[in-house]
Amino acid sequence: MLNEQNILNKIKSSPGYPSKERFLKGPVAVIECPEEIPCNPCEEACPFGAIKVGEPITNIPMLIEDKCVGCGKCIPACPGLAIFLVNINYSEKETAISLPYEFLPLPNVGDEVDVLNREGKFICKGKVIKVIEGEDHTWIITILIPKEFFEVARGIKPLK
Amino acid sequence: MRIVDHPILGKLKERKKVFIEVDGRKIEAYEGEPIAAALLAAGVRVFRYTSKGKEPRGLFCAIGRCTDCVMIVDGIPNVRTCVTSVRDGMKIETQKGLGKWRK
Amino acid sequence: MKEKEIDLAVVGSGPAGLSAAIEAAKYGASVEIIDENALPGGQLFKQIHKFFGSKEHYAGVRGYDIGRKLLDEAENLKVNIRLNTIAFGVFNKNKIGLFDQRSILVSKPKKIIVATGASENPLAFPGWSLPGVMGAGAVQTMINIHRVLPGRKVLMVGAGNVGLIVSYQLLQTGADVVAIVEAMPKIGGYFVHAAKVLRIGVPILTSHTIIEAKGDKEVESATIAALDQNLNPIKGSEKELEVDLICIAVGLRPEADLCRMLNCKFTYIPFLGGHVPIHNGDMETTTPGVYVAGDVSGIEEASVAMEEGRIAGISAAESLGYISSEEAEKEKIKCKERLKAFRIGPFGSPRQEGKDKIFEEYKRRVKNVK
Repeated sequence: MLNEQNILNKIKSSPGYPSKERFLKGPVAVIECPEEIPCNPCEEACPFGAIKVGEPITNIPMLIEDKCVGCGKCIPACPGLAIFLVNINYSEKETAISLPYEFLPLPNVGDEVDVLNREGKFICKGKVIKVIEGEDHTWIITILIPKEFFEVARGIKPLK
Repeated sequence: MRIVDHPILGKLKERKKVFIEVDGRKIEAYEGEPIAAALLAAGVRVFRYTSKGKEPRGLFCAIGRCTDCVMIVDGIPNVRTCVTSVRDGMKIETQKGLGKWRK
Repeated sequence: MKEKEIDLAVVGSGPAGLSAAIEAAKYGASVEIIDENALPGGQLFKQIHKFFGSKEHYAGVRGYDIGRKLLDEAENLKVNIRLNTIAFGVFNKNKIGLFDQRSILVSKPKKIIVATGASENPLAFPGWSLPGVMGAGAVQTMINIHRVLPGRKVLMVGAGNVGLIVSYQLLQTGADVVAIVEAMPKIGGYFVHAAKVLRIGVPILTSHTIIEAKGDKEVESATIAALDQNLNPIKGSEKELEVDLICIAVGLRPEADLCRMLNCKFTYIPFLGGHVPIHNGDMETTTPGVYVAGDVSGIEEASVAMEEGRIAGISAAESLGYISSEEAEKEKIKCKERLKAFRIGPFGSPRQEGKDKIFEEYKRRVKNVK
C-alpha cells in the first residue's frame, strides 16, 4: 500500500536512516533506499566513509551516523535521488532540508515553495535559502520548514 | 510542442530549419529529424486513416516496427514517418487506406 | 549485387552491439556494425537519468554520456558503423541481405552477433488505436532525442521501471502526469524511482488499469478502473481522466526475427520477455557462429547489455582465432563477475533463474557442449 505511513515505516527501518539522537546532533544525511538494488555510488561519494554498501552491491546502504558530518556530497551522487540532508536545529523553530532537484524553472533564493510529503501531499510552505548545482545537472535545493515536519518533508512542488 | 529548455538536456541547440508541406500546409522542421517529430511539434497527430473503418491512426512505437505512422511522402505511400528524415521541400499527405503507388 | 566478406557482423548499435564490436575489434577482428536507424546508440541516448550499478558499470553517469563513451571507443578502434541500413534477411545460411535505402548489399560475415534489442508490448483496450496512445519508449524517444512533446496531460499505464522513469522524464519537460496506473497490487519498479514521482504529487494507483481511451480523432480522455484480485474491473470504480497522451509501459519483448531467420532455436521465458533465442553463457546460440547479446537475449537493462555484448565479442574473437581460449576465458570471467550484481536480490534473481533455464535448454539441444 502506497501511503505515507507505510513508506515512512519502510524507510525508518532501513540502515540508511539516522537515529533520533543523531538528528538532534546536527546536519545528517538521510538515505531513503530500502530495497536491495545493485547500486553503490553513495559509498564512493562520501569523503568520510559514513556510507557503507560493501559486497554484493545490492546491499541496502547503511549510514554510519557518527562519521557523517552533513557535508551533503552524497545528495547529487545518488542516481535514485534518494538522499537528503536534514539539519533539524537550523534555528529555534526551523529545520533546513537539502534535497536533489532536476526540474525547471529552478526556484530562486528567497522564494516560497509548496513542500510535499512522500505521498505528494502538501504539508507546509518552505523558504528557499540555497540553490546549488551539485553534479551533472542535479541541483541541491535547501529549504527552511517548521521543525515538526523534518521527518516528512521530502518534495518541492515544481514551479510552473 | 518543442521542448526549448530542459533541466538535463539544456537549451535546444540551433539547427538548420527546413520547410515541409503537410496536406498543403507549410510547416517548419529541423533538418535530419524524423517526419513524425516535425508533425508532432506542429500539433499534427493524425497521420492516416484505415481502409475499412476509416479510423484515425498516428505514432505508436516510434521505432519503425508497428507501421501505424505511415503516410504518403513525395507521392510514395506507406512510408514510416518515425524513421524517415525530413528534407527541405518534402510533400507529406495524410494517407487514406493503403494508398496508391505513383506511376 | 555487391558482396562483402568480413570477420564479424554485429546487427544493432545499442549498448550490446557497441560493446561487442569494441571487444572483437580490440583483438584484431574486422568488425562492421549494422543499424537501421539514422543515429547509433540504441536506447542509450534517451536515458537521460544517471545509471545505477557500481563504478565499473558507469554508475552515476547519464545514459547519453555512456553512449558517447562507447561510440568514441568504437570509432577509435576503426569499427565501421553502417547506419540507415537494415539487415532484412538471411540467405544461404550465412549471407545477410542489407538495404541502405538505395541499394542492396550482401554481407558474408564469418560470425554474427545479433544485438537487435526489443520491442514494446502493446495493450489492447477500446480506443487503443487512437492517436495519442503510444509506447512509453516511443514517448521517451520523442521527448529526449527529438525534443518534441506529444501531449501535455499524461496517463502512464504500468509502474515498472520504464513507466516510472518515463513519467519522471515527462515531468522534466513540464508535462503533467495525471496518474500512473498499475494492474498489479504492487509497484513493479524500484522504490526509489516511484518515490521520485510520488513526492512531486503524481499518484500511483495500484490494482488499477485503463478501460477505455476516448476522443473524436485523438485522445481526449481516459477511463480507468480499480481491479479485483482476479484482475477484473470493479463496477462502479470507473473514473474519467482528462488526458491527451496515454503511455503504455507494460513490458518489452525480444526483437529476434533475425535469429529466427538464422535458424536459432527458441525457448519461452515469461520473466525475460517471452520467446528468447537459446544461448549459452558465452552468448552463442544453437546456430554455431551466431551470438546474441542485450535485450534480444532476454529483457534486462543497458548495463547487462554491455556485459553480454562484451562476452559475445570476446567469444566471437576467440572462435575467429584472434584470442587464445585461456585469455578469452579470463576476460569473460571478469564480465560474468560484473554481471552477477544485476542478477541477485529481489529484482535480479528472477533474471538469473531465467538465464539458467536458457543455459539448460542450450545444453539439452546442443551435443558435445564444452
